[in-house]
Amino acid sequence: MKLREVIEKLNATTVNVSDPEKEIEGGYAGDFLSFVMGKAPENCAWFTVMSNVNVAGVATLAGTGVVVLCEGAKADENLSARVKREDIDLIETDYDIYTAVLKYNNAD
Amino acid sequence: MTNEAKLRFEFDVDGDNFTSAGTASETVKYNLKQLGIAPDIIRRVAIVMYEGEINMVIHAKGGKAVVEIDSDEINITLKDVGPGIPDINLAMQEGWSTAPDNIRSLGFGAGMGLPNMKKYSDKMEIESVVGEGTTVKMCVKIRKEA
Repeated sequence: MKLREVIEKLNATTVNVSDPEKEIEGGYAGDFLSFVMGKAPENCAWFTVMSNVNVAGVATLAGTGVVVLCEGAKADENLSARVKREDIDLIETDYDIYTAVLKYNNAD
Repeated sequence: MTNEAKLRFEFDVDGDNFTSAGTASETVKYNLKQLGIAPDIIRRVAIVMYEGEINMVIHAKGGKAVVEIDSDEINITLKDVGPGIPDINLAMQEGWSTAPDNIRSLGFGAGMGLPNMKKYSDKMEIESVVGEGTTVKMCVKIRKEA
């Protein structure tokens, strides 16, 4: 699924989008960074409520396709600045994680 | 690259803030990509090094990381002069964590750091002396032995 489709499905606001045509494959939901590091598939949509700057490091190292901040969580100042500086894809949605995942999978 | 031709990178891991945590791991990932190392190997190195780096920031106020690369393997040495690990077997258990609440609120402290390091490396050794510090050595093989 293209990143722009993910944004539409989740009615998301964008903090940084490098390429709306980028392909996003699969997903992972969770907030503990060690689980994300070990389990999130490359190029996936990562659903989380974590909004601090360490999210950027994990997204880069795990190679996630897009970070989806759920529950109306907003990227804090450091995270927002870093994803823009390093061109890491990060979007925000008001949906809770469960609903966001359902919508992403067309299961709602 | 011959076996003797070893690339070596050294990093000072800053233990003072979490804003820069992971910087050494990200640099290593970038360098390995430039060297044309296979993506699955890069991912494993990124995981084990990040976990080790974060542990040094959380528990030991930073330390030193050395990464050596040759044609067969990538060796990572993480050395700190932190409080040491009193019971390594306990620390290796999934879910065991001594990270304080303020660290957990940042998404750390799942108790998966050392287990991830063991799982995603081909070899891991920990030497730790309470009150003196901890050295973790990890190896990720590039070429599997026949």
